[in-house]
Amino acid sequence: MNQEQKRSSNRMALSGPDVQRAISRIAHEIVERNHGAHNVVLVGLQRGGTWIADALAERIYAIEPELTVPNGSLDVSMHRDDIGIRPIVPGAISDISFDINGAIVVLVDDVLYTGRTVRAALEALNNFGRPQSVQLAVIVDRGHRELPIRPDFVGKNLPTQMGDEVVVSDSGVVVTSEVSS
Amino acid sequence: MKHLRSIGELGRDGLEQLLESATHMAEINRRPIPKVPALRGKTVVSLFYEDSTRTRLSFETAAKRLSAETMTFSVSTSSVSKGESLRDTIETISQMGAHCFVVRHKSSGVPWQIAQWTNASIINAGDGAHQHPTQAIVDCFTVRQAIDQPFFNGVNVTIVGDIKHSRVARSNIEAFTMLGARVTVVAPPTLLPSQIGHWPVTVVHSFDEVIASTDVLYMLRLQSERMDQGLIPSLSEYGSQFGLTMERAQRLQSSAVVMHPGPMNRGVEMHVDPSDLPQSRIHQQVENGISVRMAVLFDVLARDGELQQLHEEVSA
Amino acid sequence: MSVAIRGAVVVTKRGEERLDVKIAEGVIAEMGTSVGPADIELDGTKCHVLPGFVDLHAHLREPGKEDSETIETGSRAGVLGGYTALVAMPNTNPAQDSVPVIEFVRLQGQRAGLLEVVPSGCITVGRAGTALSPMAELARAGVQIFTDDGSGVQDPALMRRAMEYSRELGITLAQHCEVSSLTVGAVMNECSCSSDMGVPGWPALAEELMVHRDIELAKITGARIHFLHLSTAGSVHLVRQAKALGLPITAEVTPHHLSLTEKLLRSFDSVYKVNPPLRSVADIEALKAGLLDGTIDAIATDHAPHVRRDKELPLDQAPPGMLGLETALGVVLSVLDLTPLQVAEMMSARPAKIAGIAERHGMLPEVGGPANLCVVDMQKEWTVEPRSLASKSTNTPYVGRALRGKVRHTIFDGHVVVNDGKAMR
Repeated sequence: MNQEQKRSSNRMALSGPDVQRAISRIAHEIVERNHGAHNVVLVGLQRGGTWIADALAERIYAIEPELTVPNGSLDVSMHRDDIGIRPIVPGAISDISFDINGAIVVLVDDVLYTGRTVRAALEALNNFGRPQSVQLAVIVDRGHRELPIRPDFVGKNLPTQMGDEVVVSDSGVVVTSEVSS
Repeated sequence: MKHLRSIGELGRDGLEQLLESATHMAEINRRPIPKVPALRGKTVVSLFYEDSTRTRLSFETAAKRLSAETMTFSVSTSSVSKGESLRDTIETISQMGAHCFVVRHKSSGVPWQIAQWTNASIINAGDGAHQHPTQAIVDCFTVRQAIDQPFFNGVNVTIVGDIKHSRVARSNIEAFTMLGARVTVVAPPTLLPSQIGHWPVTVVHSFDEVIASTDVLYMLRLQSERMDQGLIPSLSEYGSQFGLTMERAQRLQSSAVVMHPGPMNRGVEMHVDPSDLPQSRIHQQVENGISVRMAVLFDVLARDGELQQLHEEVSA
Repeated sequence: MSVAIRGAVVVTKRGEERLDVKIAEGVIAEMGTSVGPADIELDGTKCHVLPGFVDLHAHLREPGKEDSETIETGSRAGVLGGYTALVAMPNTNPAQDSVPVIEFVRLQGQRAGLLEVVPSGCITVGRAGTALSPMAELARAGVQIFTDDGSGVQDPALMRRAMEYSRELGITLAQHCEVSSLTVGAVMNECSCSSDMGVPGWPALAEELMVHRDIELAKITGARIHFLHLSTAGSVHLVRQAKALGLPITAEVTPHHLSLTEKLLRSFDSVYKVNPPLRSVADIEALKAGLLDGTIDAIATDHAPHVRRDKELPLDQAPPGMLGLETALGVVLSVLDLTPLQVAEMMSARPAKIAGIAERHGMLPEVGGPANLCVVDMQKEWTVEPRSLASKSTNTPYVGRALRGKVRHTIFDGHVVVNDGKAMR
């Protein structure tokens, strides 16, 4: 009976250049926090985090040109606590071709939300070795955490509704909300 | 996918999805600790009415790498030897909370029969001379890897041996042709099914005629009981006509791929040692067996009714 | 005790007539547009009165396999299907190859009292195919039809002797035509399905070779031979040619070979496993044509009950056979447009003659004739419910299928054994 008219509204939370600036700042923060980049490895989470990890690797190289930070990717679909809800994404295969034992692993993702993906990633990392420490870098922290997980490096804290959709790309951060009228 | 019982039931889309998924599983198998929690809380029962150590171990390894519980039902030590019926066995084990049965049986059709008696998923690990779908998927995966292309258009596959009694042949012919290959079978007429004319294959009776133009050579195991049944005059005659001898191996293209589902009968269909044969992919078949069976178990168990529904709701 | 059937069309020698029928003391006492009151009144509106059906081929499983059927439950299934006589196949345990077993079967039939159980005898001792059974002794005990059904007599020399020996006894030999060395392990017709399914096939040749052999033996011995459950177009052709020569040959076909094809086996459901196997559409068409032109004389059920646990074995291990008695008429009328007279001939008159019981069964109703009758609604549509089957087993593939043609009443020896579709005992 109560036929609500649903319509959605888009808002640009960060512009493309803002995203680039955030990535640059996070690169500096990673180097600063870890007193250089000599023991740091980057692991982007499939699929939204991989391009950001690539960008971070470039920036860190620009700051500390004497070394290349190892950069890999991690697919956590086999470690999720909601297996079966998300099908395997074609092509999103883990690729960590370096040793993570004793390294400082910076997990990189686009959006931090419930924290479940990061939990799965922490578990998946165990299969590859025992890092000295694990840090977390995200472009957007949109709140609504369901697990005791916090980011170490954040592009922007962005208050959102539960139903909102947040999309991060190099052309900006777009929040889509459903508005009932 | 509720069950995996035949390549026909799986269909081309299903086959491609499993091959894709198996590449993910292969990555897991390359990790220092090749184990993920994906199927925690699921129970996989291997029910082998016919001995097959390698297929059973391959499935059990796959299940364990996905953190499923495994139960092994061994016919020789079970109540089956006391006359328990197939149905009673299935119903009893289902009550213990089995989510999936991996079944091997000497009679064609058993996976379809037992599906009537349980809500669990059925994976066919070989039924009579009918189907062996996971072997066919493993073989497609191995060929993809070897020729480095996803589809087999223009690829000449030659399957040699006892087609009539081979479930591997039936599943592989279907799967290879689904992916675009041209399949030729080579066998004595007594080891061909009576109505092979209906199959999408070319029948050749001379191995030598086709060996040089073969891209994928698939050797089938010849069971010695075929000689007792009078289907071939002798194992040595079979070996000279249809065996992979050193002379024939030398006529293979250097880019060819040689496969065998195992276990091999050395001196009957295989006269060359695979380790002397650079074209051999027989070890890769075994290795890929685990990745493919992980993909199958994950598909069958992690996408069952309830979760599938949830998935549809989430994506809606 | 008198019985009146009112409102039905009676199939008589003169044709179809709207007559009431009154039965008393085991015979038809009166037929007329209106007959006097009777103790039991049966409604025959929309129905035809036919002679009670005679099945040349029923496996009643007693003695030996009473968990799948008994003579009593088989008799009940029979009367519900309109039958007043069943030829009991001899592959019991012990086999029907001695007078005591024959008498036991006949006696059990009388105890059940629903219809006449006509025991057949074995051609060879224990159906083992090595030595002739005491055919003369059995014939003296009233056995008129001999068969090793379940298997054929493989040895041509032995079959020749059996045929020579039988001729003087005035009996009929019924052959299950199957050259068994061609059907080792066979599960279904040899066809593209069997190749796909990886199961051994049962080639048409295995039947036709034996049909051919026995026709040739009939030529030189003059024996009466009846071919059981023919299933292939080639067999129909051979029998047609032999009959044209005037040989004393008869043949039967089952309702399932007229209605079901080999493709059903693709389900791996053993309910479709029968021997001989279900064949192709072309075979079905040839069998129908053979039945309609008289090459095939009779419809016989090959009623073969099996307990569920046996039919739940894997397809290659499950025993062949399906139920037939209760569904025969409905299946036949669903696939063939037959007149009531044709039904009477194919399901009653000719089988009665082949079984040697034509003086009691198979006669079109007439005053003074035996009161072995069935009253059938040829148009009635109905669905087979496994729970309502009288047979002790449930292995019928027709569950859930709509059939046309149903038996309303059956009268055996003047007694109402089925009243309005319900067995009275």
